Amino acid sequence: MSELLQFVFSGITVGAVYALVALGFTIIFNASGVVNFAQGEFVMLGGMITVFAHAAGLPLPLAALIAIVVTAAVGVALNRLAIEPARGAPVVSLIIITIGASIFIRGASQLIFDKQIHSFPAFSGDDPIHVLGATILMQSLWVIGGALAVFAGLWLFFTKTLLGRAVLATSNNRMAAQLVGINTKFVMTLSFALSAAIGAFGGVLVTPITLTAYDVGLALALKGFAAAMLGGMGNPKGALVGGLLLGLLEALTAGYLSSQYKDAAAFVIILAVLFFMPQGLFGRKSTDRV
Amino acid sequence: MLTVEGLRSRYGRIEVLHGIDLHVDSGEIVAVVGANGAGKTTLLRCLSGVQPVSAGTVTFRGEPLTVVPAHRRLARGLAQSPEGRQIFTNLTVAENLRLGAFLYSDDRVWKDMEDAFQMFPILREKRNLAAGGLSGGQQQMLAMARALMGRPSCLLLDEPSMGLAPIIVAQIFDVVKSLKALGVTVLLVEQNAFGALKVADRGYVMETGQITIQGEAAELIAHPRIREAYLGI
Repeated sequence: MSELLQFVFSGITVGAVYALVALGFTIIFNASGVVNFAQGEFVMLGGMITVFAHAAGLPLPLAALIAIVVTAAVGVALNRLAIEPARGAPVVSLIIITIGASIFIRGASQLIFDKQIHSFPAFSGDDPIHVLGATILMQSLWVIGGALAVFAGLWLFFTKTLLGRAVLATSNNRMAAQLVGINTKFVMTLSFALSAAIGAFGGVLVTPITLTAYDVGLALALKGFAAAMLGGMGNPKGALVGGLLLGLLEALTAGYLSSQYKDAAAFVIILAVLFFMPQGLFGRKSTDRV
Repeated sequence: MLTVEGLRSRYGRIEVLHGIDLHVDSGEIVAVVGANGAGKTTLLRCLSGVQPVSAGTVTFRGEPLTVVPAHRRLARGLAQSPEGRQIFTNLTVAENLRLGAFLYSDDRVWKDMEDAFQMFPILREKRNLAAGGLSGGQQQMLAMARALMGRPSCLLLDEPSMGLAPIIVAQIFDVVKSLKALGVTVLLVEQNAFGALKVADRGYVMETGQITIQGEAAELIAHPRIREAYLGI
């Protein structure tokens, strides 16, 4: 029993990390239909900038805030310099541009920072909490809480605010969005800033557990992408559930089978789900009539 | 209210509008009729700012319009119900209407939505359904209602009758006629020349990017060339 609980705890922790990355995908996807593969680099930047700002003597909360703001600026720059000039190109081309951007950001980070593995202290100490014979780190609760908070914020943004609907309208029909007075350029800028900020926030939360280095973004982006696809791309609920499910699958496979099979088992189940539900668990089916 | 002089526009190297001159006075319904491919839709896209203008001037309520970005033109009073409806298919009917009034957040938004439901009762029934699931006629009604939610003084209406059953077409043209009483000036673009000229005060005939005939709507309906080419009489 305590063994199972321990696997579940570690699964939820890892799953919350995936969920945070997956949530970052939703805004840019909802605004433009583009899956931003540089999302993992935003997570990396969040962790790395915090590490170096903290090492330079800034208190941790201030360092984290700077990391989030700077990463948001990188997101805006990505849109202005790479995505906007290619407007009108097919979505696939834009996705490939984001892959190129992620390689660029990774390379630049290697030069600006270094190739070492870094971390900073956990927010509430390193003592684990004991629950029914299993243990969970305080930092895990921060990650889970962070994922839930971002999820709630996004859900409110897209379902309750006019600006959130304007983002959805922009992706659905850019010309019509302009005709009703939506500044679609601003919507894109905002989407990239928010997505990058969410990614960086995730990076700040997970670094004390997973550590960080210039090249952690790629693996995170792939897992986050898998989680988002599993849950249904573009839906915050899908990102949260998909992330947690993926984390649990991995932890349980690693615990009961072998840790060597954890990625394989997770991807087999994702393939099976997508085979029967191509929209993902919570994806909307599009039913357009003409 | 709206004056267009020497308007030219091109797609790449191909010019599709070769110097359009027209004007719409306040309170009028003006129809632009012509065959498919004449450039009618391009004209309206230029007026809304979603298609670049290569030469010419557009003046709206006494101010030059061509320098105004597309998303600021509704605030000036110019709305468009575009060709092919272009509703937000992933949002509900009510959300589409709410976004039509994106610029506003006062109580009048809800009053205007109530008016839209009065004008098109079927939209009230379907208000919580995804707009993409509506029939063609219902989508057309939604597109027009969404444009009116933006409180325009002038509505550009592109092919509202396209692909619709005759009974729906009649209903749509009745609504167009009723806009006059609401104080909305209308520039109506149509292939259905007879239907459009019947509700219009004046009309223009457009052929391959040029205005070829213009006059009072009643005159145009009686014009022998128009009867032959567009009315099939």
